[in-house]
Amino acid sequence: MSQGRTLTFNIFRYDPQEPGDKPKMVKYQLEEAPGMTVFIALNMLREKQDPSLQFDFVCRAGICGSCAMVINGYPTLACRTLTSKYPKGEITLMPLPGFELIGDLSVNTGKFMRELAERLKLWLHPRQDEIDIHRIEAPMAPEEAAKLYELDRCVECGVCVSACATKQMRDTFVGAVGMMKIARFELDSRDARSVEDFYHVIGNQDGVFGCMTLLGCQDNCPKDLPHMQQIAYLRRKMAGALV
Amino acid sequence: MKLIYTDSLVVGAGLAGLRVAIASKERGLDTVVLSLIPAKRSHSAAAQGGMQASLGNTVKGMGDDEDVHFQDTVKGSDWGCDQEVARMFAHCAPKAVRELANWGVPWTRVTKGPREVVVNAQKVTIEEAEAAHGLINARDFGGTKKWRTCYTADGTGHSLLYAVDNKAISLDIPVHERIEALALIHDGTRCHGVVARCLITGELRAYIAKSTTIATGGYGRIYEVSTNAIICEGIGQALALETGVAKLGNMEAVQFHPTAIVPVGILTTEGCRGDGGLLRDKDGHRFMPDYEPEKKELASRDVVSRRMTEHIRKGQGVDSPYGPHLWLDITLLGRKHVETNLREVKEICENFLGIDPAKDWIPVRPTQHYSMGGIRTDATGQSPQLKGLFSVGEAACWDMHGFNRLGGNSLAETVVGGMIIGKYVADFCQQNTLEINTALVEKFVNQVRSEIDDLVEGQGSESAFDIKLEMQRIMMDYVGIFRNGPELQKAVDELQALLLRSRNIGLTCKKRHANPELVEALRVKRMLKVALTVACGAEARTESRGAHAREDFPQRNDKEWLNRTLSSWPSADATLPVLDYEQLDVMKMELPPGYRGYGINNAIAHPDTEKREQQISEILSQLPDDADRYARQHALMPFEVPPSLQEKNERLHDKSLSNRAQLGDEAK
Repeated sequence: MSQGRTLTFNIFRYDPQEPGDKPKMVKYQLEEAPGMTVFIALNMLREKQDPSLQFDFVCRAGICGSCAMVINGYPTLACRTLTSKYPKGEITLMPLPGFELIGDLSVNTGKFMRELAERLKLWLHPRQDEIDIHRIEAPMAPEEAAKLYELDRCVECGVCVSACATKQMRDTFVGAVGMMKIARFELDSRDARSVEDFYHVIGNQDGVFGCMTLLGCQDNCPKDLPHMQQIAYLRRKMAGALV
Repeated sequence: MKLIYTDSLVVGAGLAGLRVAIASKERGLDTVVLSLIPAKRSHSAAAQGGMQASLGNTVKGMGDDEDVHFQDTVKGSDWGCDQEVARMFAHCAPKAVRELANWGVPWTRVTKGPREVVVNAQKVTIEEAEAAHGLINARDFGGTKKWRTCYTADGTGHSLLYAVDNKAISLDIPVHERIEALALIHDGTRCHGVVARCLITGELRAYIAKSTTIATGGYGRIYEVSTNAIICEGIGQALALETGVAKLGNMEAVQFHPTAIVPVGILTTEGCRGDGGLLRDKDGHRFMPDYEPEKKELASRDVVSRRMTEHIRKGQGVDSPYGPHLWLDITLLGRKHVETNLREVKEICENFLGIDPAKDWIPVRPTQHYSMGGIRTDATGQSPQLKGLFSVGEAACWDMHGFNRLGGNSLAETVVGGMIIGKYVADFCQQNTLEINTALVEKFVNQVRSEIDDLVEGQGSESAFDIKLEMQRIMMDYVGIFRNGPELQKAVDELQALLLRSRNIGLTCKKRHANPELVEALRVKRMLKVALTVACGAEARTESRGAHAREDFPQRNDKEWLNRTLSSWPSADATLPVLDYEQLDVMKMELPPGYRGYGINNAIAHPDTEKREQQISEILSQLPDDADRYARQHALMPFEVPPSLQEKNERLHDKSLSNRAQLGDEAK
């Protein structure tokens, strides 16, 4: 049914490195193909119409989190967004807000995530630095491992950051991605940090007590991570650390 | 000219590259990693099913050990691998899994008691041991005797990459993101670093280092349809090739995965079949038992892909606008299993196919998936031709995979190879000095600069995008699952013509900073050379081995082809690689060439095979009666790993034995 439609793309264009360039919206048209995704469409536009068009894709399978952008007002992964989802055939693409713009639809999520990881120390702090890798491993409750994996599925796409009103107002806010990762390590029995240690990092306005509970993170997370539940859980934990 | 100095330079921030960087940093070396993208976006993240390591915790893995893993790997390789490397790998795999547990990987664990699983389309109940409760679990994968593939649901690569990158962050290892290496700096005998371009600003930099490790993954994107991420374009292999000194190994060994979805080629993990999924044809008939009655869906990947293609050629495929496909049926596993252990597969099916795999069959077709070939290295990961150049992971031909890689052995290679080679890289850095020859550096920077000048300012008229697509189609049409002489010759001729045309690429976007067209042009020129090594290697190899299947030479020919193809690029203006061959020595093999267990046994034997078999039985018969499996192995084929990795691996099933042995020791 959707075969042969002409799609209209309105794409944000701006090259901050080009002297004199100003942000603008540019219209492109393209014949739709069956099963077309925004990934396929953008590559066709680059190959056939404008080779300077900047955007980021890596896995094109919804796994790596590179390609988040704002599509018709909602932040999401472009690679797995089918054009057939838009009955009018009009698709507006904007770069993800809240991140440094590299150009057009390309933003520097990598730099943001690395800085966040350094700031919040988002790695396992094992109870023992060295383990004997030649011996049988320490057991872990199977249910715990399964729960950890559920929280470990974040792909650092940045959607939760761009969908967060708190983050837009408070630049230092750690966002749902930061809290999700803290929750993940807090749950991990192998991590030596205590509730107090985590409290120092997120028990403040930049962390769990800054969240206004608008839950744009929960609504837009492409991995359906339980942000609401984890933020509530961390709040309880952090409040508990106070008393 | 911007110069950056370091001890250990790593190109590529996937699992293999990061693991080497960690090993360098832990030795106190200054370490820098270059990456096209943020480290956590690397293609390692896409590995779903798991990594093989013979822990033997699950009841279906009982009796597993390094010996069985080694044998599976060698057979899987169709005897094309380096057996000493396969031994090093099998020995260290359990160590890597255990180390990763301490870095945060939430490995799926064994639950004691009865568990229902699907084996050969039947629900069966297995009983997990009390003592195994909470230890690392494993699932079944193709071509393996035991359930050996350790996993975290079906997001194993993701979990591993995140844990390892987090470890790298904790060690303060800098990853220079959005930096593309474009040339190796070398003097003909020693590698001194790379010339790289910043993809944001366009700035050219020289990174000068004691060791340069290429960990840039495979070259799947020389094919039009591939399961690989779009950055897996073989640029790492091209960097080595363009030195004219370093050689690439077995480039024609390209794996096609049986179950990528149609049409986009996104992978659904082998875990689908490992967990009990079936392949069906247009009539809903389960056809694999007709071809491979013993291993069925869990035959080695190359075998399943060929059987599927054969079946489609018989007219049994399902017609679609994108050509015929077959079905992958995981509905019999039940919704709960699909939604917990195969949830990434479920997401992919929902988003790209609009189906629910817990109730619908998945349209699949064999698709380019893995590059067994790569930068030829010795057992320490170093190029035999260019000192200071190392390579690891899919980028390398370390050669534990030979002509076909087993599922679960690639993710394993990244972290196991990285663990082993990382130590050798660190040794090299400690034993060698930084050599800085600014004239040499300038020469290479100027070469890259003038290449960019020519593209931006030149009068070229060819489109980089068009040339790339033509190359990808040639590879699809003529260098695919089944190959033959005339088509391969056609591929070589057409690729050669394309290479000439690529010297006349012109750009419409003239920016020197962030410019996707410039990036494409620089890459496609390099990719064509890599594609030519694949096509030429395939054309020359007149036998069938592993994933290299020649219709005109269907037999594996150990007599003439028990060797490794080496390709090098003779000069900048050459249009073809030079091929030569490295013989595999049967007299040194622990496991001499034999029958792999698929189809008819029609291999042409090597004259040494019988001799070696005899020698092996003599060696074994001379050993004392109480010689254990380690002693027997050592007598046949001694191998080395770094001292800190030499210790034996402890397992559940020999824990009780070792208790007894300890008592014995005390008695002495």
